[in-house]
Amino acid sequence: MSKHFLFKVLSISLLLVFVQGCTTVKAWEKGYLSKPEMAFAPDPMEQKIMDHTYFAKEASSSGSAVSGGGCGCN
Amino acid sequence: MKRLALVCFLLCSGVSAWAVDLGSVAPNAPLKELAGTEPGKLSGIADYKGNLVYLDFWASWCGPCRQSLPIMNKIREQYAEYGFEVVAVNVDENLDDALGFLEQYPVSYPVLLDPEGKMPAMYDVQGMPTAYLIDRKGVIIYKHEGFKKSDEAKIEAMIKENL
Repeated sequence: MSKHFLFKVLSISLLLVFVQGCTTVKAWEKGYLSKPEMAFAPDPMEQKIMDHTYFAKEASSSGSAVSGGGCGCN
Repeated sequence: MKRLALVCFLLCSGVSAWAVDLGSVAPNAPLKELAGTEPGKLSGIADYKGNLVYLDFWASWCGPCRQSLPIMNKIREQYAEYGFEVVAVNVDENLDDALGFLEQYPVSYPVLLDPEGKMPAMYDVQGMPTAYLIDRKGVIIYKHEGFKKSDEAKIEAMIKENL
């Protein structure tokens, strides 16, 4: 067996070992993630207002949920 | 050399999670009792063998638990005399969160503490809350993931059927 082949096998094995460090958060470990400060938008209403203002100023078509519509203000 | 390569590859492949299925014996781990007959002592579902046990994994941050705990408390009070028990396993990393939740939603059944998540890992819990109905011989007969008010009838029917 050539040194090159052995090197390839060992590097792939090492890579697989390190990849196992990648893990998903288990269902019972989500306590910290559920805290309000961990949310992307802790206050959904405030986020909606900010999004609405943003899209109105950008003069682009509405990208956020605006139910009802019709006022042409977005 | 080829054998060495194969062995290296297999060693690095990792092992699958320990999962439990319906019909398998319910795994047990001794956990500290937060509330129950003897707070502070080590307890587990093995202590309730001979009863029909509803093993409920819950946490203070789990929204549906605000509904499930009072409902299970009510069901437990109804059927306790027939040998039914609810054993709740709390997975909060912070004890104060669990205590705060129990102050709001008090229960009369045993609550075990598992901040390290030993028990949910043994059961390979996929969502919170998850509950398992364990028969009198310690075999898992039913699994219930999530919780909504309309689940109460289904769970009660399963309990009545297996009492």
